[in-house]
Amino acid sequence: MPKHETPLLDQLESGPWPSFVSEIKRQSEFRHKNAEAMEKEGKPYQIPVDVCDDLLGVLEMSYEDGTTHWKHGGIVGVFGYGGGVIGRYCDQPEKFPGVAHFHTMRVNQPAGKYYTSEYLRKLCDLWDFRGSGITNMHGATGDIVFLGTRTEQLEEIFGVLTHELNQDLGGSGSNLRTPACCLGESRCEWACYDTQELCYQLTMEYQDELHRPAFPYKFKFKFDGCPMGCVASIARADMSFIGTWRDDIKIDQEAVAAYIGGELKPNAGAHEDCEGFDIQKEVIDLCPSQCMRLEDGKLVIDNKECVRCMHCIRVMPRALRIGDDRGLSIFCGAKAPILDGAQMGSLLIPFIKAEPPYDEIKEIIENIWDWWMEEGKNRERLGELMKRQGLQKLLEVTGVKPIPQHIQEPRHNPYIFWKEEEVPGGWQRDINEYRKLHPR
Amino acid sequence: MTFVPSGYYNPDKPMEGRITDIGPRHYSEFLPPVIKKNKGKWLWHEIIEPGILMHKAESGDEVYTVRCGSPRLLSVETIREICDIADEYCGGYVRFTTRNNIEFMVDSLDKAKKLKEDLNSRKHPGGSYKFPVGGTGAGITNIVHTQGWVHCHTPATDASGTVKVVMDELFEDFQRMRLPAQLRISMACCLNMCGAVHCSDIAILGYHRKPPIIDHEWLDNLCEIPLAVAACPTGAIRPTKTKITTESGEEKEVKTVAIKQERCMFCGNCYTMCPCLPLADKEGDGLVIMAGGKLSNCITPPKFSKVIVAFIPNNTPRWPELAQVMRKLVDTYAKHARKYERFGDWAERIGWERFFELCELEFTHHLIDDFRDPAYYTWRHTSQFKF
Repeated sequence: MPKHETPLLDQLESGPWPSFVSEIKRQSEFRHKNAEAMEKEGKPYQIPVDVCDDLLGVLEMSYEDGTTHWKHGGIVGVFGYGGGVIGRYCDQPEKFPGVAHFHTMRVNQPAGKYYTSEYLRKLCDLWDFRGSGITNMHGATGDIVFLGTRTEQLEEIFGVLTHELNQDLGGSGSNLRTPACCLGESRCEWACYDTQELCYQLTMEYQDELHRPAFPYKFKFKFDGCPMGCVASIARADMSFIGTWRDDIKIDQEAVAAYIGGELKPNAGAHEDCEGFDIQKEVIDLCPSQCMRLEDGKLVIDNKECVRCMHCIRVMPRALRIGDDRGLSIFCGAKAPILDGAQMGSLLIPFIKAEPPYDEIKEIIENIWDWWMEEGKNRERLGELMKRQGLQKLLEVTGVKPIPQHIQEPRHNPYIFWKEEEVPGGWQRDINEYRKLHPR
Repeated sequence: MTFVPSGYYNPDKPMEGRITDIGPRHYSEFLPPVIKKNKGKWLWHEIIEPGILMHKAESGDEVYTVRCGSPRLLSVETIREICDIADEYCGGYVRFTTRNNIEFMVDSLDKAKKLKEDLNSRKHPGGSYKFPVGGTGAGITNIVHTQGWVHCHTPATDASGTVKVVMDELFEDFQRMRLPAQLRISMACCLNMCGAVHCSDIAILGYHRKPPIIDHEWLDNLCEIPLAVAACPTGAIRPTKTKITTESGEEKEVKTVAIKQERCMFCGNCYTMCPCLPLADKEGDGLVIMAGGKLSNCITPPKFSKVIVAFIPNNTPRWPELAQVMRKLVDTYAKHARKYERFGDWAERIGWERFFELCELEFTHHLIDDFRDPAYYTWRHTSQFKF
């Protein structure tokens, strides 16, 4: 007999897609069954055994009344950190005491989200014992998310994480949010740099910024290995690092012929029906810069005109490979609509090598932070500051020379903010001198 | 409940033995041997069948990846089951993708097929799959999403529920690759969009439609009035004083705020700053559908999603109108778009006027941008249009 009737949520258990309601029920049943064994082991559940039942109960209430029952977070956390824990309280604690406190902890995921079962099991044992046993794998920013524990467990969980699992919390609030990357070179032939290593190294370099809020607002780094952008950095990271190359696409003409001849599956087999490949129609005509052609059955690419969209590479992955002079581009200022509308990342650095110890990249980051921390208003994202003060200002604080790659097209108006030092003779003029030639 | 200390924290001496700023574990501890050996030396990949990828390395090594969906919200019991599977088939290694899929890696196609069969055979008692294999190529992969009513204080809808409903409806396309190109669907339960839904082929977005209710009695105690005023992007909030009768019947004048309601565009930023300005409402809240965005730079540049359905009510628990719209969008795209053409590229090629016609969506004034300067650039400035 369940603690709360949940007729609405029960309807989300049917259908093929994995049911989150079934997940919560699974944990609920497990806790009830396992509670006695935990007692005997000297490890009684540290938050109410029926926490999952109450989670279902409060969620059912939301499904009935169409509104959330979670309050604004209180200020809870672990000593010395200003992030990593999001306080969460239920507005119906009498009805659902198991979730009266239901704080989130963000645990910094390993770059690329690979795990050993040994490590995951340790996380599970800790979270089962001291939390709700409900997780998100993973949160939108990338963290392992522990959903729901009580205040007095926060330090205990943090202690076990750091002492036994060699594992730190992630970011929240006005600080550096947990950086995230695509799987990069670990299993992708298109990665133009080691996303995992850069992600890890910058995460370690900026631990202070990650744990102790000192910024005007949140700040996100994301690392995409190539222009395909699997971690969505260009849409959501204040600084987005996107792999690229600047030499020639490598061509294996025999493999090109094999694609044309129908011996190889086009588009890496991504379409169910891949019969009848037409290289002209499916590759050459779709090239955005029209920089390729067939000559005597051989594929010719005018690499100088290539914009590295990678369509040809993805359609013929066994014939075309990314170049060898690899690095990354840096884009700044992407964000979701809150507050002034969504922004895409704007190009700052067209090409930079991404090699340890990444000093040049760190210098760019720190110059941007200095500017944003000095000029940014409360809750103003980098992108909004860029809009307010101009792309020119970003170039100036990072010491980057303006080039046409920075823009889609030149300005639409002649309202140029000339600087005094750019105009011969400066701006200080004498009205009397002027009047000698132009009497009143 | 007996409190069991971890032994690592003494409230009287919080700094004693404290370990901080150690960051995440280094990823190299968790890479399967074949991945570690061939890192940076992969040659090409191929999708063998829906849900199974093969990557070939310069060394000649092959790794077969079986990808399956997950609801993102996972119990530790299910994670333990994932660990058991990883131990049985993959030498104890597993990974998760950015879009909340789970990937198991093995060294032969035979093992991959056996694993696929095993994963597809595991079901919850309620009937849903635990680990449906799919999410590759020209199809629909998992929906990235947010917390919703499960755990957030600002949502205008539930995230897990709407995702469940849409993935149930479109499940066949998770396990197939029949679409013109990949179709990325994302869900955010409020405008804060803690996922990147604003650049998705199709985005489902929770949205409020009623201005905040003002809790005058408590506002000055619980909020910083200047912060609440400054939070409003349209300048609709101003400080004021008002006479109230408290819950206990006392008449008094309090400092509070006034809201110019017709200026409110329901972003909820004021509520983020001040809990005394709640927006949530059963009839007011619901969903917006946006479409035509993308993240990759492939063929065309990344672009923002556009609002194509102004409102869908929160008809819990299964949001039938949402499922219906999603079905129509996906089928119309599948039928009309050209191979390799992303959803937004298709809509732009045929023109949005044709898009609304084909998808049988009503066009209303809500869909014309009127927010600040960028709005102007979305109006039509050419005599080229279709009847």
